[in-house]
Parts: sequence; structure tokens; C-alpha cells
Amino acid sequence: MKYFRIAVLVATLLVVRSARADETLDALKQQLQLLQQQVQQLQQKVAELESAKASQPTKAAGLSAEASAKAETAATTPAKTWSPEQPLTLGRAGSAYVNLSLVGDTVLGWSTTPDVERIEGAHHDPSQRGFTLQGAELTLDGAVDPYFTALATIPLVLEPGGETVVELEEAWVQTTSLPWNLQVKAGQMFANFGRHNQLHSHSWDFVDQPIVITRLLGGDGLRNPGAQLSWLAPLPFYTELSLGVFNSDHSSFRADGEGFSPLHGGEPVDRTLRGPQDLLYVPRLAVSFDLSDTQTLLLGSSAAVGPNNSGPNASTQILGADLYWKWRPVNAHQGFPFVSWQTEWLFRRYDAAERVGEGGTALPSETLRDWGLYSQLLWGFTRGWVAGLRGEYVTGNNATFVSDGRLDRARISPNLTWYPTEFSKIRLQYNYDHIEQWGDEHSVWLQLEFLIGAHAAHKF
Amino acid sequence: MKRLLIVAVALLGGILSAQAKLHVVTTTPDLASLTEAIGGNEVTVTCLGKPSEDPHYIQAKPSFIVALNRADVLVLVGMELEIGWLPALQKQTRNARIQTGGAGYVDASVGVTPLDLPSETVTRAMGDVHPLGNPHYLLDPEAGKIAARNIAAGLKRAAPDKAAVFEDALAKLLARIETAQAEAQKLLAPFRGAKVITYHRSFTYFVARYGMEVIAEIEPKPGIPPSPSHLVSVAKQMRQAGVKAILQEPWHERRTSDLLAKQTGAKVVVLPVQTGSDPAAKDYPATVKRLAEKVAAALP
Repeated sequence: MKYFRIAVLVATLLVVRSARADETLDALKQQLQLLQQQVQQLQQKVAELESAKASQPTKAAGLSAEASAKAETAATTPAKTWSPEQPLTLGRAGSAYVNLSLVGDTVLGWSTTPDVERIEGAHHDPSQRGFTLQGAELTLDGAVDPYFTALATIPLVLEPGGETVVELEEAWVQTTSLPWNLQVKAGQMFANFGRHNQLHSHSWDFVDQPIVITRLLGGDGLRNPGAQLSWLAPLPFYTELSLGVFNSDHSSFRADGEGFSPLHGGEPVDRTLRGPQDLLYVPRLAVSFDLSDTQTLLLGSSAAVGPNNSGPNASTQILGADLYWKWRPVNAHQGFPFVSWQTEWLFRRYDAAERVGEGGTALPSETLRDWGLYSQLLWGFTRGWVAGLRGEYVTGNNATFVSDGRLDRARISPNLTWYPTEFSKIRLQYNYDHIEQWGDEHSVWLQLEFLIGAHAAHKF
Repeated sequence: MKRLLIVAVALLGGILSAQAKLHVVTTTPDLASLTEAIGGNEVTVTCLGKPSEDPHYIQAKPSFIVALNRADVLVLVGMELEIGWLPALQKQTRNARIQTGGAGYVDASVGVTPLDLPSETVTRAMGDVHPLGNPHYLLDPEAGKIAARNIAAGLKRAAPDKAAVFEDALAKLLARIETAQAEAQKLLAPFRGAKVITYHRSFTYFVARYGMEVIAEIEPKPGIPPSPSHLVSVAKQMRQAGVKAILQEPWHERRTSDLLAKQTGAKVVVLPVQTGSDPAAKDYPATVKRLAEKVAAALP
């Protein structure tokens, strides 16, 4: 009985096992069949492709057998090796170590004054009658590592005398992932003051820089080696607070100049850096609101405080307020149509110390107060076309030394710009200039701009 | 003192649980719809682009920096569609999670087989050609499913404890897209082989899915406005091929399309290419169906 039981048990076990084995065998067979089918299908496809290829006329028909074999392998190898006639790819889609671009701005025009530089004072403004190359600007940017991004802008400027000047406009590194919403930027950079100061010349909406910017922030803008800390406030609307600290070598501040100062008429005092009080400080607060789905407002206030070169303890303060409003419908095509309004107001208080002017004349200690503003309206009325109008006014108080750079002045500039694509533009501008003591000047400028390489996305 | 501590802990707990929702920012309404379907109550979604807005040219407003600063996850279409405006925003967000390659950076196009992949070296003389392939893949529901899976994977990375919830919702969403696709395919089945023209090169995936053919584009090159001579040639091609429909996105001007329609007898179809650009396109699956309905209605 016992043996019988065991026998039955063994028998059932065997049957079950063999049944299972059968099942696995069937499954395997099925899989094999499937694989066979797939292989057949693939073979068929390969055959089809090969026959299609064979029926195509071979480009290398006239070449030797060896060459045609080479051509064949070349055709089947998708990864091409570089050859001298191909363009050298620095930044290729999918691998962006460095974004490289070159922007060229050239202008043709005429002014009633032969001394164009007297009325167009900025470094990238038109500088003479006829042709001016305002700049060929090389920009390199990219991620340094997971913690930093960097950018360098190197314009080459052709001076009126024909000499080429290389300028290091910007070269900075910026953090991407500091805690507490902080961001640090360091290097040579435009100070975060107002709106216009941070724009490279190719982003200007007019051919030339506003007069008040050139007078108070300088022909090259307020830029120096330094560092900046900024903080994005944890508020429901955009609020950014920043503080920049820079070397104070600048026309409104501690400029190292030879000869007499064109601003205060005295001999500049050679001021060395004695401590933190001799650096330039630039705080700024910017807020922005979306007034609706189509309208955005950006408001800012800035200051720049630092020592100047009229005396060993003299200082300058510049204050600024800016407004930018933009309307763009939600079904805009390539960014058009739009209307934008931008206004900046600047005030400078320059404490001029007792100083010695030309011919040994003593100039008393006095305060030079200048202010000015510009207001511009742009209307992108149809795809690629923008009509603009800018009005400007600058003025300065009376001082012992009469400076050309402090005369009352007003300017009206209508312009029309056509962008064939985002990478090129043609702009026609007229300037009516009224300058105290000098009279009226009229200028017409036709500007052409081109960009090759990476197109950096613009900030709002 | 003890009571105060308990209240403080309770408050903190309240704040933490309120913050437990994932903040997701998407670039387009389609991605917002997919994310909402997968994330459900576990996410709050902010969409940067409007349904009627061309995703190539979204205005990089400062308010977007605020939204991206708080984002746990950023979902984008990818294939360089947003290259004109998103990178500048990313740099200003001070948020490491959503930087390219960050844990919360979700490129929805990963795994999508790109069409219109340029075979030769791309130069700007060719117009606005995307070197990584045509980025308008969401018009094909099959690619939409890939995007949905990518988003689900991104959400799971950001909140691993909610993985099961996301998986479940993803399965339901995929089934809904499947149904919508089947309906769309049924609607468009009679028009297999139909020849159409489009304004911009944005319907490549759509026509490939439903077996139609684009014989010409109103733009002579992507992003380049049409010239009169190009339009004459397009009209000629349309008459020869018997084109019955001109497909375009809502943000393109209609004048040129209307002119061609008048000359050739074809119909202009402004398509709700993004979720929300038509009342019936209330979410992504509905948009898939609505697109097919609109095209089917225009074709004879």
C-alpha cells in the first residue's frame, strides 16, 4: 500500500512535470516561430532596400571601382568626418559648449555738422558723415559647469581715423544655483542701472544712444570690473533687488584723465583706492506686473554712488528711474504687432571740490547738477516693421566752468526699422537736435545690421 | 509653552502639506493638459504660452521668472522649439532643478522619432530650419503618448512617493488618447492620400499619421514670408494636384491663405493646434479629435 502510494505520487509528479515541460516547450516553439517570422520580414526588407538602391543611378558611375566602393561606404555611414570644404561647426545642435555670434552694424548718413562726434558722443554712435562701422561685436557664451554660466562680448570698432579698436565690453561669470534666490555675477560688466545701460549697441531701438545716458553714464555706458549680488524676492510679482560694486574709474566718477577735466574744468586729482569708500556702488530695485494677458509693466529705480576726481574727498551720486510698458496681443505672429513705451529719467549730483583750472585759475568748490530724460514709443505695426519716435531733453545748472557736456539740449528722432528676419535689420532715422549756444543740427542715418551665429534670447 | 509648540508644529505641518503639491511649469497648453491629467490633485500647473500664441515667439515676461523660480518641474516641447525665449529665462530663475539636465527638467520630446530631420548642413539661408527635426510632434497622438510618458517619469522623479498615483493616471490618459486617436483615424480614413498645403511647416507629423500629403507651403522657407512669385507657383501646384484644403495655425495671417483659396477653390482651415484654442479642444485628447473633425469637415 505504502509502495503504491509512493508510485502514484511519483507518477503524478512526473506527469505534471512533463506537462509543464510541454507547456514551456510550446511557448519556446511559439517564440522561435515569431523570431523566424521577424527575421524573414527583416530579410525581405533588406532585399527590397538593396534592390531599390541598385535600381537607383549611382552617382559615382564614372569613377573607378575603388572610388565607387568608397562612395558606397560613405553613403551608408551617417557620421561624416570633417573635410576642409565643410564649415567648421563650433556649436552644433545637441552640443552647445560655446554659443558664438558676430553682429555687424554699419551706418551711412549725413549731418549738418561736419563734426559728428560733437553731437553723437557714444562709442557706438555714428561718428562721421558717410559711412561708419559702429561695431562688429563678437559674443561667446555658454555654461561653464553645473554652477556657472559665462559670457564675453568683444566688439571691434573702426575709429574715424581708420584704426581698429578692440574693446572688452563684457566678460563675466554668473551663478545658476545659489540658495535663497541669490545670484552672483562677477567680471567686466555693464552695471545694472536702468534699462538702456545694459543693452549692447545691436539691441538699441535707435541708431544712437540717448544723450542723457552718454552724458551721465558715459560713452561706453556704466561698466567696469566688479561684482554684483542680486536677489529675487519671494513675492507673487517680480521684484529683483541688486547691488553692484565696481572700480570707480569712469567719466562721472574717479576718471584717470590727462589734462583738464572736460566736465569740471579742473586738473584731475589722482585718487588711489584707499578703501571701500573709493569704490562705485550701484543698487537697483526692479518690479514688474502683468497688467493683463497682453500688457506688461516694468518699473525700476537705480543709483550709482562713488568718488570723483575733482578733489581728494569729492563724490558723485547718480539717481535713475525707468519705466517700460509693452502691449502684445496673444495671437501675435513672430512678436508682431506690438506697442512699447520706455522712459528713463536720470539725475547727477557732482560735488566739485576747489580745483585749479587752465592757466592756473582757481575754481571754487561747487555742486554740478545735471538731469535729463528720454522717452520712446515703438509701434510694431506689421510683421517685421517698427515705427519709433524718441524725444529727449538734458540740462545742467550754471557753473564756473562752462562744459560742452552740460549744455541744455533737446532732440527729436523719428525712425523706421525693417527686420527681414530676426537676424538682420535696416533702419532709417532722422535727428533734429537743438543745442544751447550751438544752434540746430539735422542728421539722417541709414543703418544696416546683420547677425551670424547664435542669437541670444533677449531679456524683457 | 507645550501648547504653543504643538500649534507651531501643526502650522508647520499645514504649510508643508500645502507645499507638498508639485509646482509644474509647462511651455505650451498641450503639455499643461497632459501634466494636469497625470498629476491630478498632486500638482499645480502654470502654463507660459497661451493657446493662441505661437510657441516659437513667447514673450519672456518677468512674471515667468517668478513662476520658474518656484517650479519643481519644467516641461518643455523640446527640439529647440523654445530656443528663442526659454534659455534667457532659465538663467534668471536661480532654480537649479529646472536648468537643462536638472532633476526637474522634462524635455517631452525624448524618444520621439523626429521628422523633417535636415540631411544636409543647416544654414540660416534655409530659413528657420530646426536642426534637431520638426518640433510640432504633438499633432501626432502617438508622439503625444510618448510626451505623456516623459511627463509621468518627470513627476515621479520629483515626487517618488506619488508614483502609483501618477502611473494610474497615466494609464487612464493613454487610454483616452488611444480612443481619441481611433476616432480621429476613423474620421480621416476617407481622406487617405489627400493633398493639402500648409502655411508653415508645422503639420508634418499630422499628415504622416493620417496618410495625407503636404505638396507645398505658403512660406517659401520656414519662417520666411511668402513672395508673390512663390504664391503663383503654389497656386499652380494646387490646381494641378487638386488641393482642397489650406491648413494653418491660428497665429498666421489669413490674407494670403484666403487669396490662394479664392484662386483655387480650396478651403482655409484654421486649426486648433493647441489645447484651448477652440472651445471643443478642452484638453489634449479632445484636441486630437477636434483637429481631425476640422480637417474632415473641410475636405470633400
